[in-house]
Amino acid sequence: MTQIQFSAPTSVDDAVRQLTDGGSAAKILAGGTDLLVQLRAGYARPTTIVDIKRIPELRQIKAENGGFRVGAAVAGAELSEHAEVKNSWPGVVEGLDLIGSTQIQGRASLGGNLCNASPAADSVPAMIAAAATCTIAGPGGQREANVEDIVTAPGQTSLGEGEFIVSFFLPARPPHSGDAYLRFIPRTEMDIAVVGAGVSLSLDDGGKCVAARLALGAVAPRPLLVEDGAKALIGTMVDDAALAKLSAAASAACNPIDDKRGTIEYRTKVAGVLARRAAEIALTRARAN
Amino acid sequence: MAKHHVATTINGDPVEYLCDTEQTLLDVLRDNLQLTGSKEGCASGDCGACSVTIDGRLVCACLVLGVEADGCEVGTIEGIAEGDSLHPLQQHFLQDAALQCGICTPGFIVAAKSLLERNPNPTETEMRYWLAGNLCRCTGYDKIITAVTNAASELRGE
Repeated sequence: MTQIQFSAPTSVDDAVRQLTDGGSAAKILAGGTDLLVQLRAGYARPTTIVDIKRIPELRQIKAENGGFRVGAAVAGAELSEHAEVKNSWPGVVEGLDLIGSTQIQGRASLGGNLCNASPAADSVPAMIAAAATCTIAGPGGQREANVEDIVTAPGQTSLGEGEFIVSFFLPARPPHSGDAYLRFIPRTEMDIAVVGAGVSLSLDDGGKCVAARLALGAVAPRPLLVEDGAKALIGTMVDDAALAKLSAAASAACNPIDDKRGTIEYRTKVAGVLARRAAEIALTRARAN
Repeated sequence: MAKHHVATTINGDPVEYLCDTEQTLLDVLRDNLQLTGSKEGCASGDCGACSVTIDGRLVCACLVLGVEADGCEVGTIEGIAEGDSLHPLQQHFLQDAALQCGICTPGFIVAAKSLLERNPNPTETEMRYWLAGNLCRCTGYDKIITAVTNAASELRGE
């Protein structure tokens, strides 16, 4: 048996070098909650595994420019326990927290959830709604990208060979801002989203919506940023008419598959309902701060 | 590639082992170290029968590579009892008939201990959510919740 090479570099540069040396058969290990399952099932057959958890930047959560820098390999439980991030970005935290059990939360990360590139990844719509960006390291140095530009198709990302995500940046929150993520599953815990919806919005002092973003998961080959959803809210008091427009924009953006978890018609309808409910929660949160 | 040399701490004792990259921590615990209390149910992180702690964090040992444990503190079911004295969780699982076949029990006890260390007085809802990643096909869960409730109460000195 050819053994898989394994390394656990302690710097970003070493990780890039080892990933580049490993070529297309190299795999990145963060929390391992997807990779180890794929290894066991034979779906992934890497010749090299690079564990990025020993690189300090990958594990830190720190305040930056009024927002937060979150290492790509920070575990879900670590983010959920971070009171300041939870206070500023409750929707992002609840999206990541919905992934799997307590045991999975001990390992699963934002970087892994994004780069596994499932259309149904729970943390991704919330991150897109938050206008989160990521810092990517690679053979050409570091670059910044928007979270919505990473997943290109199921299992596919825009990351090049030797590239990996070092950290995410969650921007500063103006006053009267709130976000929320909701997913629909047929039970209360531990399932894959039939539909997921993330909304982030900001109000002015009079309660008028001045910024909004809507993102949907599990209704297209990749998580979607729905610009018409934002347009439905911006400039309004987020009243019934605006929420109805948001709901219609969410349904109109859907391009789902039929599968055992939901039909095209069902997902399209539920996307509109969930987008509205997520917006209502985000609105309540925005009004409270 | 030669086997990896891993130096770790398991249940407070320094332990060194050699493993292949492909071996999970669960494989190493059971096959190399003969710590067979942690069980393999699904091998995909769904059932929780292999629950252990790494640096105090509850995880599935089937989703951790053996080589990743280098320098870490691992806690398994074998470290729960103190000598011949069962931990209150173990005692109450027996008293309250919270097991039948027993395959899920080590995982439940490790997971429940991790909960009670963070939250000594959890509500039933908190218990059920915390333990949602541990599957039991025998008990219907109610007896497990009773055992954890009673153990928590004993640990609080009530």
